[in-house]
Amino acid sequence: MIKVQDLHKKFQKNIVLSGVNLELKESGIYSILGPNGSGKTTLIKSILGMVLPTKGSIKINDKSIKAAWDYRKQIDYLPQIANFPSNLKVKELISMIKDLRGNSKRDKELINLFGVEKFLDKKVGTLSGGMKQKTNIVLAFMFDSPILILDEPTTGLDPVALIHLKELIQKEKERGKLILITSHIMSFVEEITDEIVFLLEGNVHFEGNISELKKQTSEQNFERAIASLLISNHV
Amino acid sequence: MFKILKYSFFDLVRSRWSYVYFLFYLLLAATLLFLNNDLSKAVITLMNVIIILVPLIGTIFGVMYFYNSKEFTELLLAQPIKRSSIFIGLYLGVAVSLSMSLLLGIGVPFLLYGLTQSAAIWDFSLLLITGVFLTFIFTGIAFNISLSNENKIKGFGYAIMMWLFLAVIYDGLFLMSLVFFEDYPLDKLSLIGTMLNPIDLSRTLILLKLDISALLGYTGAVFKTFFGTNQGLIISISVLFLWVLFPAIRMVRKSNKKDF
Repeated sequence: MIKVQDLHKKFQKNIVLSGVNLELKESGIYSILGPNGSGKTTLIKSILGMVLPTKGSIKINDKSIKAAWDYRKQIDYLPQIANFPSNLKVKELISMIKDLRGNSKRDKELINLFGVEKFLDKKVGTLSGGMKQKTNIVLAFMFDSPILILDEPTTGLDPVALIHLKELIQKEKERGKLILITSHIMSFVEEITDEIVFLLEGNVHFEGNISELKKQTSEQNFERAIASLLISNHV
Repeated sequence: MFKILKYSFFDLVRSRWSYVYFLFYLLLAATLLFLNNDLSKAVITLMNVIIILVPLIGTIFGVMYFYNSKEFTELLLAQPIKRSSIFIGLYLGVAVSLSMSLLLGIGVPFLLYGLTQSAAIWDFSLLLITGVFLTFIFTGIAFNISLSNENKIKGFGYAIMMWLFLAVIYDGLFLMSLVFFEDYPLDKLSLIGTMLNPIDLSRTLILLKLDISALLGYTGAVFKTFFGTNQGLIISISVLFLWVLFPAIRMVRKSNKKDF
């Protein structure tokens, strides 16, 4: 579904991605991991067409995304920091995105699930971090697209919402979606992910599932395995 | 594009500043009319205000709105919408709502005054058309400046400098060059010089129509002898069109190449 070939990205002199190759064929949950500044968000934004690659190509369902925009109909995106126009009410924000993207059948269900109805009439600017993230989640899951990209989905969520989110992600996977997640919460990743893509200094450093990772690093604990990936590279 | 235009337009219409801008023009036009009792004098005074103020407001509003709607644009960029529609939509939202404030603020007092029965209606309409042109031009330039500058303060500074240059400094330089090169034939140079500055061009356009030779100045006189009144009008309006078009085209190009 997503094919990234030899992707390079430079911001002025700062090289962020240097030749990323990645092919995600089947549905499932993929986690992009890596230290801060390893290029996770840049990779995601490149797939979304918000960042334009210096070199290389990205194909979604065998179509190049260069200069295209309607492929984004197949992608739902949860941004890392929920930046919304602050003078809108939550209700207005939801109906605006619905108006721009076409109708959604799932918004009510999601609003109930995350308890967003309590602050539907509040302005987005006055919401707490967790409330913003819940709104963010409702907006991202609302459209039922085949590809889901979640950038740090757990930020600011309370335990109940976190459980709901995990269940929701599992359900979406069972319905045959491709889900791409970045997170720094290792327990969350371990619980939920099928495949790991480990980015380091702008390259894919490791690709495989959790047991393969444990075998390669000869660590029993997932968090330590990830840490040892980092440390072994820095020594 | 129209959906985005709709949202940014209603967002702006609800904002306090649109009302301040509208009330300012309302007051200005009403005082001028009811204290002056001379319609064409009121039009000239209004022209002098509009030609300086409209570009300033267009510039400031354009830059402010662009930087303030950063979140909105980021949200939109991840949606299945063309980049060019996003930015053209926002731009038109600002330009249309500012033009509305201008048209209503000045139009209402003039209508109440009984403009429709007066001969000055064409002069007055031309004044409003030029005002709308200037709004579109300077909002467009402001959007270009803010697209090219991530840093708010820098963007704001450049935009104000641009306005200051075109509204004040340009005229000074222009006059100085005319004095300096007075031994040479300057007709063509001064024509080109006028067309390169939308503010000068608008002033010439209105004065041509009002046909007040005393106020026309050197360029205006050249304009008139060179093109005649009617042709001069058509040419200056077409050049104003180009002035709207170029910033818009560059805006689309620039936004297609930018990382967000």
